[in-house]
Amino acid sequence: MATDTLRGGVAKPQPSASLWRDAFSRLRKNKLAMLGLIMVGFVTFIAVFGSILAPYNYQDQDLTAVVANKGQPLPPLTGGHILGTDQIGRDLLSRLMDGARISMSVAIVVQIVVICIGVPIGAMAGWFGGRTDNVLMRFTDVMYAFPDLLFIILLTVVFKQTPFGQAMDGLLLVFVAIGLTTWVTVGRLVRGQMLALKETEFVEAAKAIGVSDRKIVTKHLLPNGIGPIIVAITLGIPAAILAEATLAYIGIGVQAPRASWGSLINDGQAVIRSSPWLTFFPAVCIAVALISFTFVGDGLRDALDPKLKGKQ
Amino acid sequence: MVSAEEDMSAADAPTIVELSADDVLRARTEAVAKAGIGRKAEHLLEVRGLSTHFFTPDGVVQAVDDVSFDVGYGETLGLVGESGCGKSVTALSIARLVPDPPGKIVKGSILFDGIDVLKLSPDDMRKLRGKEIGFIFQDPLTSLNPTLTIGYQIGEAIRQHMGLSEKATEERTIELLSKVGIPRAKERLKDYPFQFSGGMRQRVMIAIALSCDPKLILADEPTTALDVTIQAQILELIQTLSSEFGTAVLMITHDLGIAAGMCDRVNVMYAGRIVETGTVDELFEEPRMPYSWGLLDSLPRIDDVRGDRLRTIEGLPPVLIRPADACRFNPRCRYARDVCREKEPELTRRGGTDHMARCWATEPEGWIA
Repeated sequence: MATDTLRGGVAKPQPSASLWRDAFSRLRKNKLAMLGLIMVGFVTFIAVFGSILAPYNYQDQDLTAVVANKGQPLPPLTGGHILGTDQIGRDLLSRLMDGARISMSVAIVVQIVVICIGVPIGAMAGWFGGRTDNVLMRFTDVMYAFPDLLFIILLTVVFKQTPFGQAMDGLLLVFVAIGLTTWVTVGRLVRGQMLALKETEFVEAAKAIGVSDRKIVTKHLLPNGIGPIIVAITLGIPAAILAEATLAYIGIGVQAPRASWGSLINDGQAVIRSSPWLTFFPAVCIAVALISFTFVGDGLRDALDPKLKGKQ
Repeated sequence: MVSAEEDMSAADAPTIVELSADDVLRARTEAVAKAGIGRKAEHLLEVRGLSTHFFTPDGVVQAVDDVSFDVGYGETLGLVGESGCGKSVTALSIARLVPDPPGKIVKGSILFDGIDVLKLSPDDMRKLRGKEIGFIFQDPLTSLNPTLTIGYQIGEAIRQHMGLSEKATEERTIELLSKVGIPRAKERLKDYPFQFSGGMRQRVMIAIALSCDPKLILADEPTTALDVTIQAQILELIQTLSSEFGTAVLMITHDLGIAAGMCDRVNVMYAGRIVETGTVDELFEEPRMPYSWGLLDSLPRIDDVRGDRLRTIEGLPPVLIRPADACRFNPRCRYARDVCREKEPELTRRGGTDHMARCWATEPEGWIA
């Protein structure tokens, strides 16, 4: 019997579980993360197909209904408007669905900007060290110390009239501005990863067989440090959505008649006593999106933790 | 049942051919002769007056101080000594991998196959590393990248230096893997390091070191992290393969048993200096330096009485900041006299051969005959 057991153990080749497959199988066992992933998927779906699925166009005004309601916004579940309308009869649900598109593009564009700036700067600072590190990190410190909101407002004002400032209804400029203020954390994280990893023996071994610097950084260092970077970027998404909402709330970025969740709250706030649903539903949307991305980020952090490797 | 088990273990065992000592010797002699073909210098590696210093906040640590030695084509040279006496730094200096800062090669020359390594541009140096000079590191558990497949890591040097097609690279990788005794080589290419045992990973490291047919392999304590049975297999593998390819090996070890078994010649290093050099026979039969005696004496012997304490050399190697002009071993040497504390001895010949030692006491006019 012992022989059979032994034989079975040897003859069956181990499945070549890659790092990613391994991490994903652990992520799948994390219920909160999966819930977050489903919610993120749902919001993404709405963002992509919202304009088809929405019961009304986001700028159509149901004025007759509002007039019939003595000029007051329609409350939820009246006149064919599931979540009610605003003061000028625009369907809240449709506007929220359009807002999802803005929030998701904020999530993507900002993180692309963060990756494009933070990763190279952090990688260069960490890999070259010495003076390069010093210069890049002091620059990072300056960026970090600068008040974010002021910086974004300045950028949007200065570049407003350029073609870049007009792209995507002026939204691209706002997104890039948010990205320019938030890459700092990722930059520092990448640098830390590089510093820790470049002392490892496999990097020395790679140098010893004559691998070029660029290849060592891209093939050996980044894949080993990518776990925390992915987590930071995922957790950066809710921050970016929140930043966009904040800006929209103070009137920067999305232009009427389009609305993001933040500007919807801003609009609704004026009538919060008489028509609280106009503030409540956008706030729920923001909260759900933030918490979903946070769950996914936390789950990824656990799944990609090398200390948990091979465990359930 | 039993026969099935035997069959299987035979199929699964690493394919190392058992060689007798004579076979190995003959193969080595042939290999050395073969390795000399097309040689560009008298020796493959000529290190002259090499000094590598580390510039630390506490002062300049003279980790390697005026070290000279040769490695012949196809020869295996041992570099022995206890921890912290400059063996690894010597090897790193040859490959120019000393971390800078704080380390710096301040003096000396390293001629590799007639090329002055220290004068090469970083780019040319990179082309030499991995292609002409292979490196086997001490700890196979940390020397492989956990996120890349074994196949990729072995193929890395081949892709970098040999310019083969993807297919040819893969074929060569499989060939190398089976050469170092990894069964089912083709299937294991896509495996990750964590799926290999320590001994298997060191075999992979050897495959990487050999991947571009280097002329010299720097083996920095290649078996220290492995258990004794695996150690023997790995050493035999290095020996067999270096004979087969005519590769010279610089074998760094603190284990005199390994040096005796593998090397043609041995350098004993102490406190950044070579204190004795000679053939294996000379060094083990007639060591001429109290430090070598101490090293030999501290080996456990089969006829030791059980329960006796192991013999050690009392004390620690000195800190190498501004060493005094004195024999560096004198504080730990029981034969030391005033002259040892006042002037550092030179590396001088003992007998008519290349056997040399750095010791006042064993000079012809010394007090130990």
